[in-house]
Amino acid sequence: MSKKDLKLKFDELSSVIGTFKGLEIEVGRIFDDEWEEPMGPTPFPSVGTLRNWDRKLLERYKPFYMPFCDLCCLCTFGKCDLTGDKRGACGIDMAGQQSRIVLIACCIGASTHTAHARHMLDHLLEEFGRNAPLEVALNTGVEAPNIRLVCGIRPKTLRDLEDALDYVETQLVQLMAAAHTGQEGDNIDFESKAFHAGMLDHVAMEVADISQISTLGLPKGDPEAPMTELGYGSIDVSKPVIMCIGHNVLPSVDIIDYLMENKLFGEVEIGGLCCTAHDMSRYDKRSKVIGPISWQLRFIRAGIPDLIVVDEQCLRTDIMIEARKLGVPVIATSEKSCLGLPDRTHDDPDAIVRDLASGAVDGVLIIDPKKVGEVTVKTVLEVAPKRAGKKSFSLDELSELANSCRLCMECVRACPNNLPIVEAMQAAKEGDYSPFAALNDLCVGCARCESACPVDLPIISMITKANEPANLLEKFPMRVGRGAIQDTEIREVGQPIVFGEIPGVVAMVGCANYPAGGGDVARITEEFLKRRFIVVTSGCSAMNIAMTRDEEGLNLYEKYSGHFDAGGLVNVGSCVSNSHITGAAIKIANIFAKRNLRGNYEEIADYIYNRVGAVGVAWGAMSQKAASIAAGCWRLGIPVVVGPHGAKYRRMLLGRKDKEEDWIVYNARDGEEVYVGPAPEHLFYAAETVEEAIVMITKLTMRPNDTAKGRAVKLTHYIDLYKRYYGTMPDDLHLYVRKITDVPFTMRDEIMVALEEKDWSEEKIAIPDPTLLDRMVRRRS
Amino acid sequence: MSQKMTLGQTAEIAGPKKAFIIPKPEVVASMIKRAKRPLLVVGSESAKTMTSDGVLVDTAIRLIGKMTVAATGHLVSEFLKRDVQGVHSISLMNLGDRLRDPLWGGFDGEGQYDLVVFAGFPYYLEWLVLNGLKSFAMDLRTISLTRSYQPNASWSLGSMKVDEWKEVLDKIASTLMEEN
Repeated sequence: MSKKDLKLKFDELSSVIGTFKGLEIEVGRIFDDEWEEPMGPTPFPSVGTLRNWDRKLLERYKPFYMPFCDLCCLCTFGKCDLTGDKRGACGIDMAGQQSRIVLIACCIGASTHTAHARHMLDHLLEEFGRNAPLEVALNTGVEAPNIRLVCGIRPKTLRDLEDALDYVETQLVQLMAAAHTGQEGDNIDFESKAFHAGMLDHVAMEVADISQISTLGLPKGDPEAPMTELGYGSIDVSKPVIMCIGHNVLPSVDIIDYLMENKLFGEVEIGGLCCTAHDMSRYDKRSKVIGPISWQLRFIRAGIPDLIVVDEQCLRTDIMIEARKLGVPVIATSEKSCLGLPDRTHDDPDAIVRDLASGAVDGVLIIDPKKVGEVTVKTVLEVAPKRAGKKSFSLDELSELANSCRLCMECVRACPNNLPIVEAMQAAKEGDYSPFAALNDLCVGCARCESACPVDLPIISMITKANEPANLLEKFPMRVGRGAIQDTEIREVGQPIVFGEIPGVVAMVGCANYPAGGGDVARITEEFLKRRFIVVTSGCSAMNIAMTRDEEGLNLYEKYSGHFDAGGLVNVGSCVSNSHITGAAIKIANIFAKRNLRGNYEEIADYIYNRVGAVGVAWGAMSQKAASIAAGCWRLGIPVVVGPHGAKYRRMLLGRKDKEEDWIVYNARDGEEVYVGPAPEHLFYAAETVEEAIVMITKLTMRPNDTAKGRAVKLTHYIDLYKRYYGTMPDDLHLYVRKITDVPFTMRDEIMVALEEKDWSEEKIAIPDPTLLDRMVRRRS
Repeated sequence: MSQKMTLGQTAEIAGPKKAFIIPKPEVVASMIKRAKRPLLVVGSESAKTMTSDGVLVDTAIRLIGKMTVAATGHLVSEFLKRDVQGVHSISLMNLGDRLRDPLWGGFDGEGQYDLVVFAGFPYYLEWLVLNGLKSFAMDLRTISLTRSYQPNASWSLGSMKVDEWKEVLDKIASTLMEEN
């Protein structure tokens, strides 16, 4: 809570020390004293402030680089070959270059959320005023845990969020500067800066989400947030269909408002793709969630939308080409994504509608959300009747297209998942479309196959058409994003999480670049829900979780509650809602453990790392935003598991469980340095298979602070899952069983055999009050 | 079926240092035989990649005793289902991390491996790990037995048709079995 730009001007001021004429005093920022919590050591940390903390983590979890490119081509000295021990013209080596790219990726991701937050905040300030109060969640006093922790301020109004965002923007510029040729050269320092970018990202995401929650009437941490409909089948194609794509809900809000004000909601369908869809459904559950990002092209090609509105992030950059093919007008609404369209922001709405409806222009840029609302609705009502016959694509045409396939295999080469497209082509030539239909759930929708095809076959359209009957029936319930976790929920579960009795918090987040379809996300989720973990989710993953039904026809949102409690499935919302996931971990340290948050990053991260069994899972991570979100988790000591495509982020942060010296902590009770075992083993890890991921996630929930009961619960799950998928006992139990009381009773005999084979003894692994921070030692023995 | 071979994946362009193409299967057998501590690593696709022995898991089983065999992902279960013991289970990330450490003792504590043979992985995943080893385990020699050329190995099979690949793999295994 602060005031900026205080100016005092005195024409003449007399005092005991003299008389001053023309005196001006300016103060950049004044912090008020209403917040009794003492300021911690690191408010508004600069790029290097938390470097020592980062280095502690990076000493344990050393980067393993897998270069995606051996060259550097960022300056005119290059290209420079960095293979092996070579160095580039600037002196950088391969490790430095890979970590530099990681930093750049994290800066892109964090900048994207920050720009989103800035757009959101500026708009809301204008609409609701500087003093609009922040009302983030029911039963909640800690409204902005990331901002409190990082910035050391307690925001109360929209205006206060500007301080946090100003800080983030300033820091991001510093970080990008570090990536310039001839700046940073050490890979570990690059990694530390990537962590910094991640931390900033969570502040920016928090700004974006709590500002929209507070002003737009989005659910305020409600576990019983309403259900909305997801899937192709949720769209009534007999009505005019508006499709909104992206992540920034502002234009969609005004479309919904216009529909409501003009009593048109029942006459027009409005659906969204990607995170805009989440936030639209949070704003009004009657708006439909069409699906995750991978459905973007398919849904357009299906001919269903009569008008496309794009805002920002994760858009197909060729969307104008696609829309033109189908005669669908496009309205771009963000300066970040103008798509080459004419700026009609200041034109008469009816003139814009006339031009779009007549086809005089195929798209427009309108920056004013209110005008977007009016133009969108009026246009779709005019365009839809004209497009009525364009919603079909015949199976005969599919067969004809397949006949022109040369079976060259270029599509398979281009496919990230080597899907059997050629086999589908061959079958389609003979009138069997089922192999094409089978690709529907596996395809990530990237269309690289089409780019590679020498005869320009519309392979995505062919897949979509073949699966059309099933697609049109697909309709799933999804609990809309609830936003933050309530303080009262944290009070209930803080102790069982920290003691390990709730075995862990698993965050299923991120994009839809899955190696074998979105069903795997639902499978992982259900495995942990059945085992009474808390599962939180957001973004595309939250959508894919909805898209699997059991034999009784129920999906996971119908089977599990939305409470942040054991066995709860908590959809927090869109990408920017990921800040509530780290926020929950931070609040556990604050609300349950009474640790001060204010500018106290290291201590809270140390607490989370050693005590809170949280694991992030981004099975289909694709974007730079996913990279920066993950980086924010790493700095807080939260491990992240990605799918095999996640290896393309080109570096992992891996612990070595075989190196005892890497797993020493201080016992805060007496300062003794003790071995606690490799928990958690990794900080960033790509799993090759779903089964490997499930087992690793379970193992990564273990923390040095687990009580015997808690560790026994976690070991039970770890051993049970390992045996199921690997067919044998884990070979590292001797590193995780600290005392005989850790051994799960029902598995005692086989565990003791395994421990004896490894010469396990009770004396080796300590159960201290663990900390990596020397200053947290309360008393030296 | 296609008359053209599947050549890896689009845009998986090699860097300046590229794998030598293995001219004939006997060369692989000879390299393995000459290595002091050879390691065969089979990946998650080995349970569904057909070979003349059945699947790649079955071919790997033939080689147990000729070299240390490790399975990544949860593939070890496929060996155990066949009542085959002695195959080491390690994740691909953990293995890559250890192979770059010259002080790693290996599965038996006897020291780092000098030749590692890869087979049965998603193409891009093997591509990445091999590239990590190319730059950060420069003393390690790697061989890729993938059916598509893997440029980041030290040595790789060239891209070939399925039947040809099965023959090559069988020849490598047979040669190793013959030569004691």
